[in-house]
Amino acid sequence: MAANYEDRPRGGGGGYESDDEGDRRSMGGRGGRRIHRRRVCRFCIDKVDLIDFKDVRLLQNYLPERGKILPRRISGNCATHQRMLAEAIKRARNIALLPYTTD
Amino acid sequence: MDTKRQYEVVFIVDPTVDDEVARLTDNFKQVVTDQGGVVTKAESMGKRQLAYEILHQKEGTFVLLEIEGSGREIAELERRMRVNDRVLRYLTVRVDEDRRRAEKLKDRRSRKAAKRPAAATSAAPRRPAAMDFTDKNGE
Repeated sequence: MAANYEDRPRGGGGGYESDDEGDRRSMGGRGGRRIHRRRVCRFCIDKVDLIDFKDVRLLQNYLPERGKILPRRISGNCATHQRMLAEAIKRARNIALLPYTTD
Repeated sequence: MDTKRQYEVVFIVDPTVDDEVARLTDNFKQVVTDQGGVVTKAESMGKRQLAYEILHQKEGTFVLLEIEGSGREIAELERRMRVNDRVLRYLTVRVDEDRRRAEKLKDRRSRKAAKRPAAATSAAPRRPAAMDFTDKNGE
């Protein structure tokens, strides 16, 4: 409770406004866990037609710590590009540019 | 049958025999040309860390070859690489189909873009007109 009260003064002097902000903040807190979610396909925006398996820098963005391929529901990729990406990652794994697993 | 196919071959050479990489690459290029293929690009990707150990090696020298041909030279090249124990690993990818597809998508996009400016110009006059109105209001 004390923490909540401490947060409020930052919102400003107006009582109603600060209440509104408090609500928004709590909403933000709930959404915060899903903040990784991207709603658009990065590759579509960049108009990528071909994903090269040698482009390790790019592919690494879609390999979280464990080394698994980042699912589409989190990256927001479209089906076409996710397929291309998965293919590229698997090729890169084959020639040891990327790991199969990391512990 | 269409005999022109494009391939990308990447192979990893044991880095402990550093001076041998160039010789090995030339050797493989010779194999390809002997079989009637054309090496369009030969590029060293340099020595780099392997993502996992291969034959107890943690590093390797990567070489990229781009080859154009019928596929017969790939068979021979892969056989040679399999036999050669300096080559830690190789990967051949046929790229012509994917590239053609990418080209097609690009074409389609540019055609769409060519259509779109027409729509943009029809929309554009509206904006200056709106500007005119504000000017009149200003006056």
